[in-house]
Amino acid sequence: MQSTKSAQVFDVVVVGSGAGGGTAVKVLTDKGLQVALLEAGPMLNPAKDFREHVWPYQVDNRGAGAHSELYFGRQQWGYFAAPVGYWDIPDEPYTVAAGQEWRWFRSRIVGGRTNHYGRISLRFSDYDFQPEDGLSDPWPVTYQEMSPWYDKAEGFIGVTGTKEGLRTAPDGNFLPAIAPRVHEVLIQKSCGKLGIPCIPSRMAMLTKSINGRAACHYCGQCGRGCVTASAFSSSQAMIFPAMKTGKLTLITGAMARELVTDGSGKVTAVSYVDKATRSEQQIRCRAVVVAASACESARLLLNSKSARFSAGIANSSGQVGRNLTDSVGYSLSGTVPALANLPRHNSDGIDGMHVYVPWWLLDDKKKNFPRGYHIEIGGGFRMPMIGSFHGECAAFQGYGRKLKDSIREQYGATVGFAGRGEMIPNKDTWCEIDPERVDAWGIPVIRFHARWSDAEINQVRHMHETFTGIIETMGGRVMGGRPDPKTAGISTPGTIIHEAGTVKMGDDPNRSVLNKYCQAHEVKNLFVCDAAPFVSQPDKNVTLSIVAFAWRASEYLAEEMRKGNV
Amino acid sequence: MSEYSRRDLLRHIGISLTLGAAGEYVLAAQDVQHIHQTLAPQNGHYTPKSLTAHEYATLQRLSDLIIPADELSPGALSAGAADFIDFLCSASDEMKLIYTGGLAWIDEAMKHRYGGKTFLAADPSQQTALLDLIAYRENLRQDPALSPGIDFFAWARKMVADAYYTSPIGIKDLGYMGNTAMTHFSVPREAIDYAVKRSPFA
Ligand SMILES: Cc1cc2nc3c(=O)[nH]c(=O)nc-3n(C[C@H](O)[C@H](O)[C@H](O)COP(=O)(O)OP(=O)(O)OC[C@H]3O[C@@H](n4cnc5c(N)ncnc54)[C@H](O)[C@@H]3O)c2cc1C
Ligand code: SF4
Repeated sequence: MQSTKSAQVFDVVVVGSGAGGGTAVKVLTDKGLQVALLEAGPMLNPAKDFREHVWPYQVDNRGAGAHSELYFGRQQWGYFAAPVGYWDIPDEPYTVAAGQEWRWFRSRIVGGRTNHYGRISLRFSDYDFQPEDGLSDPWPVTYQEMSPWYDKAEGFIGVTGTKEGLRTAPDGNFLPAIAPRVHEVLIQKSCGKLGIPCIPSRMAMLTKSINGRAACHYCGQCGRGCVTASAFSSSQAMIFPAMKTGKLTLITGAMARELVTDGSGKVTAVSYVDKATRSEQQIRCRAVVVAASACESARLLLNSKSARFSAGIANSSGQVGRNLTDSVGYSLSGTVPALANLPRHNSDGIDGMHVYVPWWLLDDKKKNFPRGYHIEIGGGFRMPMIGSFHGECAAFQGYGRKLKDSIREQYGATVGFAGRGEMIPNKDTWCEIDPERVDAWGIPVIRFHARWSDAEINQVRHMHETFTGIIETMGGRVMGGRPDPKTAGISTPGTIIHEAGTVKMGDDPNRSVLNKYCQAHEVKNLFVCDAAPFVSQPDKNVTLSIVAFAWRASEYLAEEMRKGNV
Repeated sequence: MSEYSRRDLLRHIGISLTLGAAGEYVLAAQDVQHIHQTLAPQNGHYTPKSLTAHEYATLQRLSDLIIPADELSPGALSAGAADFIDFLCSASDEMKLIYTGGLAWIDEAMKHRYGGKTFLAADPSQQTALLDLIAYRENLRQDPALSPGIDFFAWARKMVADAYYTSPIGIKDLGYMGNTAMTHFSVPREAIDYAVKRSPFA
């Protein structure tokens, strides 16, 4: 393909505009660098695209989709949810090794998955960086080193919370916490009886106005996208402001295909497909920050082959694509008689939980699985949506006055628990380029391999017992049958949407791709700033750490460029 | 707790935005709110787009039986549940097949049991007698031939519930009080006391 080279040489090209890319753009433009941002999806227009405050009845199909996709299990993502996220992108397939399962949620829009995410924002702990059990490699950084970067990340994106002094949930630079809802008060009491901590949640929503972003107005619809930018998204909080500085050139519809290197092995340009014209372009740069999401970043590196880098750029260690992890997931719900016919009130608050359970058995040596999990909590009077009462209809059967009364009685009386646990990296869970398939732009696609080990299966069994205990202690009844004994109801790998590890960092260039600053050992002007550098998958959702690591890497990059080292 | 009316909500967002630095794209938020408001359903006569007049009338009756009016609120008939379902059928052949097939099955079962009457023409007691057969999955054990009716009723019940509880009437019946803007979030003491008193932690 003929490619057009940009006349301008940008200081830095950033690939991908999600949590990591947004942070890099913010920090690098703040430092005065000229940055170009390549984003495979379209521009986001919150006023037009976000459906915050829309009632289902204000849309003809009420959220079922134009052709009732919801009813037939074909809806890619919630009708009212922020755009543009999918489990399957029509033009961009991926493959999975025969007999295995992996699901990959991708967004294609400015801001990436930060437009969609649950905004649970947890710091990793000291032992996450330096595991004492030897089951995964130590990170090349300590909690002490990362703590100031978490402070910056929290200070900028805004995270609710309270100081608790727990080793499993390090305290941060918090905004005021939000009051627990009625079911959350009961859950806290139930946990109290069981000796399980249940503390105010740590969420990236503004309970106070900061950095020019308005305070939250408690509509509970963050997943739809927040028009006032009170819920963090990289699009609204990082990229739009950076556009106003004049330092950022945003190129949308631009799918990076390959990093182009010179004879010395330095990246000189990023080649990308302009989706609108299907033409190949090259944008020249002095340095590149790859932040396309863990697996897309690995794909881009593996697809960047040259005489010097025959296994993909910066991949002499062979580690690109290896070490893939997702969080371990398990969910259980229950109905709670104490909540039946609960007096009505507005319980929207911020979207998602107001309290959560951090890991609490760090010192328990008797359990039959390593590491731990945290528990996310659901319930309350939610806006009724298509599907809100399908469970009730199926459980109650019948019809008429009794059905109506039972729905009234049960509204708000259901609680849900979702465990999010640590997966130990294993050699059977990884991704590579599928030699046989390309996407609509001719770019070779990713093939996934995945396997849970007994460590993860035993962990979800433990989750089941814990959730059952919490539900029953509050007088509730577990809904649904016992999970399949073999899988124990464990999530399909990938579905918790915390992929990490595919471009691992470390001190040893033979066993890792990046150094402690997310800089490639072999290519000094190549940085990777999403969850790909993460050595392990602590039981704390990855995004706050993506921001912290990307912030640190970007400041390092700016400083190295200033010194002339890059 | 300070709550805002819808007009205040628009103003609230307007004020927030003048404070905000979230980018020029956000500034049109108030217009969006107005656009959504004009999408609100026009109450009045609905002409079925997909189902025949007889199917539509049968579905209306079914919806009335599934979620009836009571002293607290109107039911699924007034909430236009049949309109919603017909609308979905008009854009999905797969959905239409479920309803045309299911409604025909019901008529056929009715005729078979009650001397040639359609579901609509049957007495209310005959209608509920049929529903009592197909509204419970366990009836399949006695009579496997009920299977299509039971499957259909499960569709109708959940979709009537969807239509009802996503309508203004149903939202009011449930007592969902959110989707507003508040400067402060708090939980009423009475609600907490109500639950704690009924819990093992009383
Ligand atoms: C529903 C949901 C709930 C979640 N909840 C939480 C939560 O509560 N807490 C938490 O910590 N995490 C959560 N996550 C995960 C979180 O969204 C991700 O960890 C985070 O967004 C990843 O950031 P990223 O930097 O990898 O980029 P992403 O946000 O994944 O964005 C990557 C961007 O790069 C673009 N891109 C990809 N390939 C290319 C290419 N070749 N060229 C150009 N552009 C490209 C994409 O279009 C996309 O816009 C959730 C995710 C989802 C979907
Ligand atoms: S709850 Fe707050 S942060 Fe979330 S969408 Fe509503 S206003 Fe925005």
